[in-house]
Amino acid sequence: MKLSKRNSSLVATAIAAALVLSACGGDDADSGEAEGAATGGSYSVALYSDPENPLVPSNTSESEGAQVLEALWTGLIQYAADGSVEYTGIAESIESEDSQTWTITLNDGWTFHDGTPVTANSFVDAWNWAAYSENAQGASYFFSNIEGYGDLQAETDDAGNVVSPAIATEMSGLEVVDDQTFEVTLSAPFAQFPVTVGYNAFHPLPEGFFGDPEAYGRLPIGTGPFKADGEFEPGQGITLSRYEDYAGPNPAQAETVEFRVYSDVDTAYLDVQGGNLDVAPDLPPDAIASAQDVFGDAYLEAPSSGFQYLGYPLYDERFSDPRVRQAFSMAIDRDAISEAIFQGTKQAADAFVAPIVDGYREGACEYCVLDPEAANALLDEAGFDRTQPIELWFNSGAGHDAWVQAAGNQIRDNLGVDYVLRGDLDFAQYLPLLAEQGATGPFRLGWSMDYPSPQNYLEPLYSQAAIPPNGSNRVFYTNQEFDALVQQGNSAESNEEAIEFYNQAEDILSEDMPSIPMFFDVEQAVHADTVSDVVIDVFGHIRTAEVTVN
Amino acid sequence: MGRYVARRLLLTIPVMLGASFLIFAMVFALPGDPIAALAGDRPLAPAVAAQLRAEFNLNDPLWLQYVKYVGDLFQGDFGTDFAGRPVLDTILDRLPVTAKLALVAILFEIVIGIVAGVLAGIRRNSFFDNLVLVSTTIVVSVPILVLAFLAQFVLGLKLELFPIAGVREGWYSYLLPGLVLAAGSVAYVARLTRTSMAENLRADYVRTARAKGLKPSTVVVRHTLRNSLIPVVTFIGADIGTLMGGAIVTETVFNIPGIGRAVFESIQRQEGAVVVGIVTLLVFFFIFFNLVVDVLYAVLDPRIRYD
Repeated sequence: MKLSKRNSSLVATAIAAALVLSACGGDDADSGEAEGAATGGSYSVALYSDPENPLVPSNTSESEGAQVLEALWTGLIQYAADGSVEYTGIAESIESEDSQTWTITLNDGWTFHDGTPVTANSFVDAWNWAAYSENAQGASYFFSNIEGYGDLQAETDDAGNVVSPAIATEMSGLEVVDDQTFEVTLSAPFAQFPVTVGYNAFHPLPEGFFGDPEAYGRLPIGTGPFKADGEFEPGQGITLSRYEDYAGPNPAQAETVEFRVYSDVDTAYLDVQGGNLDVAPDLPPDAIASAQDVFGDAYLEAPSSGFQYLGYPLYDERFSDPRVRQAFSMAIDRDAISEAIFQGTKQAADAFVAPIVDGYREGACEYCVLDPEAANALLDEAGFDRTQPIELWFNSGAGHDAWVQAAGNQIRDNLGVDYVLRGDLDFAQYLPLLAEQGATGPFRLGWSMDYPSPQNYLEPLYSQAAIPPNGSNRVFYTNQEFDALVQQGNSAESNEEAIEFYNQAEDILSEDMPSIPMFFDVEQAVHADTVSDVVIDVFGHIRTAEVTVN
Repeated sequence: MGRYVARRLLLTIPVMLGASFLIFAMVFALPGDPIAALAGDRPLAPAVAAQLRAEFNLNDPLWLQYVKYVGDLFQGDFGTDFAGRPVLDTILDRLPVTAKLALVAILFEIVIGIVAGVLAGIRRNSFFDNLVLVSTTIVVSVPILVLAFLAQFVLGLKLELFPIAGVREGWYSYLLPGLVLAAGSVAYVARLTRTSMAENLRADYVRTARAKGLKPSTVVVRHTLRNSLIPVVTFIGADIGTLMGGAIVTETVFNIPGIGRAVFESIQRQEGAVVVGIVTLLVFFFIFFNLVVDVLYAVLDPRIRYD
């Protein structure tokens, strides 16, 4: 070998320099964009992984599968991009006198992609199938407030083994009146019910499904503006074409949409710049700052339903005093963290309910504002032992390291309490640990809503009924007053009244501070100039039907 | 020879069983509950979680899980992933893609690596020889991830010579990732060939051949190259197995839906059945191609006999 070690490292340095230089040149690099781009009304959207499960609505709760379902299905109702409920779906009306028994009337003329009509049975059968525990549908708990749901659940022991099978296959609370009408009886009044039924889990299924669910999961037949022409190719994606007999008022603009799986967000971003991909609904973190300059109007930002928080282990004595919990929350400068870590693309949380839902109040969380003085006073009052560090938990490999550490720094600087990061568990270990009350300090969690109601940010996270393993109350918060107020909201007669109760419930949380609200997420996306009318809704989905190809 | 091959093939069975158990134990002994992770922010209904655990034998002790797994395997059943998709389908879908990528990479190794090595070996200390030495040093010392991004950025985005990602343009799409995947090995092959050539050119039998007045090209190709290729063939053969498994980075950066990406994604989801299925297969490839290499030895060098 003639090249000495020193020389080879020189060469490596030169290459690194060349890399950096060429990367800097990237800012003015939109030259080759959109040359000879697709014509004839086709466009492509990136997905960042395969859907986790076959594309059956009741088994799709993760974001990428849900994005495909957004194009393939229209449910009873639809949500506008801002999250408000629109009767542009299959339901003509959803009515009730007591908020407990609901009569759902369907519009005429809706068909599945295989041509069969959508009837009341399409819903009732689909819901019963999804709720039946032997079918192991991820979203089965969405039907848990329908009368008779319990009979469809197999009995399990503490070790998680099935001890006896379910005793029924149909919920007593579902009744078909005629082809266009069915009745839903809930086990308790729930005024928000109509708001919830736009969620995936409530989508109808054609009769053909029940004969062969597996084949169907590979080639889904929905009711949406686009239909699947072929199976989802794992690792590659799926192409959908416009459903010409779509009965809704907002049919698809483009002729086809292709969902393309990218394993790497950087690659997708490069591909949009190169003009080979039309829409990238997510950006590499280090590109967020420059994307606006590179893409101009084709860079989009939209509020999303996503919400990050630090939960308290309420079972831990150190955090049992509400004053301690208030103090830590007041010691964190959320804006500074957003600026430093997220280039300002997170919104500092000032409530327990995200701004995108009706019922959000600005500044509802009094202790979410930075106030080191008050925080220190509260900590003293509570007699908190500052010599012991607190442990901050988060799941590894999901990009939470930096902001949790920043929060720890704020706590250390403002309160003089040191911290230890506990970020060595991945999600599969992290969740069971939380369910077993294993966290020894504040722990990171996120939430994105299923349907736009403040209730969805309260009941599943803080009600006694949602304590693991039954729900997501991983802080193990119990407060009967809170539960009662949520129930009152659920059974309220009008939306305004319901919101009033939910607000009161939120006020209790704001005082008790079972968790530290941290950030509301903001979605970023870029698209090539081959397409316009690209809109991201509050669920973080591209509205595929609205996109027009230039 | 036949008996030798048969014996070697039989030996693969215990090796594969051992390897698969090790992989199995590593994946399944990972702490954590894949079913819990499956649900994300919202836990599954208890009865649903129980149903899934039973379906994937997750409540059994490790050894029993393995026995059940191997039992199914002998009936040709590779199991399913959590989404209910047969692992065999995943393998059959993805293997051809990685095979193509590996093939392109091997061709680069053979063509670029051997040609550069031979030329450098013949003209030692020439400008070309130095060029090969310097460029191979660069390629070997730069991490593959950097090479991949560099190639993608310069050749894909800036110069628009190759597609940036995906396999939408057929074989053409495989060129750039294939080159990146092969880069390290190309350098290695070039070096190996060069050294081997240089050594053999000084050997007695080459001098004899020259002295007999044979054409220089005949001396190089028929007499020197053939002997010089023995270590190179060993390396390339062993490299096929490595390339199949080592494509994780390349496939991820260039968004190629092959085996490497499948393994990566499955590890993230703790999809034991998929990881074990694929990795066991890769172990088999590794053993198989090494066997092929050993057999090729005898062809290249008649002095080697296995019977």
